[in-house]
Amino acid sequence: MRKKRKLKSEAGALTRRDFLKGAGVTVSGGLLATGAVTTAQAAAQEGVVGPGPVPITLRINGRVHRLSLEPRITLLDALRDHLNITGSKKVCDRATCGACTMLMDKKPVYACTVLAIEAEGHDITTIESLTENGRLSPVMEAFWKNDAQQCGFCTPGFVMACTAFLEKNPNPTLEQIEKGLGGNLCRCGTYAGIRRAVLEAAKAMKGGQANG
Amino acid sequence: MQAFEYASPRSLQEAIRLLPAQWGPTDVLAGGTDLVSAMKDGISTPQRLVNIKQIAELHRMTFSPRAGLHIGATVTLRELLDDGAVQQHYPGLIQAAEAARSEQLLNMGTVGGELLQRPRCWYYRNGYGLLALRDGKSLVPEGENQYHAILGNAGPAYFVSPSFLAPILIALGATVQLHGPRGARSLPVQKLFVTPTRVGQREHDLAPNEILTEIRVPYRPGVRTAVYEIREKEALDWPLAMAAVALRQEGGVLRDPRVVLGQVAPVPWPSPEAERTLTGKKPSEDLADAAGRAAVAQATPLSKNGYKVQLARIAVKRAILSAVQQGG
Repeated sequence: MRKKRKLKSEAGALTRRDFLKGAGVTVSGGLLATGAVTTAQAAAQEGVVGPGPVPITLRINGRVHRLSLEPRITLLDALRDHLNITGSKKVCDRATCGACTMLMDKKPVYACTVLAIEAEGHDITTIESLTENGRLSPVMEAFWKNDAQQCGFCTPGFVMACTAFLEKNPNPTLEQIEKGLGGNLCRCGTYAGIRRAVLEAAKAMKGGQANG
Repeated sequence: MQAFEYASPRSLQEAIRLLPAQWGPTDVLAGGTDLVSAMKDGISTPQRLVNIKQIAELHRMTFSPRAGLHIGATVTLRELLDDGAVQQHYPGLIQAAEAARSEQLLNMGTVGGELLQRPRCWYYRNGYGLLALRDGKSLVPEGENQYHAILGNAGPAYFVSPSFLAPILIALGATVQLHGPRGARSLPVQKLFVTPTRVGQREHDLAPNEILTEIRVPYRPGVRTAVYEIREKEALDWPLAMAAVALRQEGGVLRDPRVVLGQVAPVPWPSPEAERTLTGKKPSEDLADAAGRAAVAQATPLSKNGYKVQLARIAVKRAILSAVQQGG
């Protein structure tokens, strides 16, 4: 009995994310060792780097992060697996569903399909930047009030896409909303709530500007 | 995804030097919206990726009435849509580019990459190759062919050309510039697309060490254009059928009509039959309908895609009616 209880408490101390992270470190450690030789060889060719890890600098939410990553690592994986910035979700991983949406120089992109090495020199903005001292952004607040999410996996991507959309279209029509958010999918089908949320956020943001 | 070397040259010459003379070991990376997914699926397995987005001369867009519109290969679809000259003089291009439907894809995807994206055929995407072969025989004719070709499908290629910009570019008489180790060449957009007849042949007339650098669209004042597409869902997807039309009206009759279908054949599919139906005639709904029928008269649908014949016919008819109503 005592042995069993101990096991249980150990398992409890390890979160699912810690476990996945631990497994990831082991794998990338192995690749690191073999990749190093190839990097040294490749350096002889003009401007060719990799396939082993190369220094990559990313500017995320205004903060500079220096990493050592293989060129094949996507921007999404760099954030989630190497920087523990996990707000952006990995769902289809094929530039289709939009759950990984981040802003690159203020424009929404599928981070699952941008290589981290391509993102160097660009400003990356993620969902983490939208809350200030625990205060929700107008789009987040509107999502919450309008029941614009169910399982929540698509939500961070939708919120980023909506934030960029409203920046460009402060007075959107329903048709513009449907067109402008066509790059994000919600398998729970909360689209009606999302449309309401975008309209309400548009109003709230205008109010804020007028008052501010 | 298999590990690869990476280079991001600043000059076109440098980029070309990094490309080998055969397909496979190296891929050119532009927007990556097609390539990166294909790499994750093991459909493309390059040992080297050459990013061309830092080459300044590939990212220019210029317009003048004399030279027309020159679009650098890495101009994004969003940059094309937001360009004042394109909005004013090329409404058909705007209509076609909007078909991407996803703001993320518009921001990432490039005009050159849109033309060079690989087919969506699910046999191809699942590792059976462009000709969908198993034991030397195509899986398509007796397989899941509901999205495959209805024209130009005598085999062995049955996939459909996925580009939604190509039909209108062809209707407008556009050309592409290709640069390789031996210099530059120019091709009409139609000639960029080929129907492969043997294993290993690609669907583009592009050498492995060539880079598509620019798309040139002539300026033709007075030409009316329209694109009409039919799709299963409103969000991000490829159309089931589309038609692009460019024509002039002179003295109440149609002149120099160009009708090009998309998503119906292994290449963008011009319809001389529809064009002959329209030439010199007064525009009307009946005439547009007759042109639509002419465009699909030679169609040879497969076991599950007969419905696409009807969609293609309607796309041609509505594109013509829309072009006629659109004005200059």
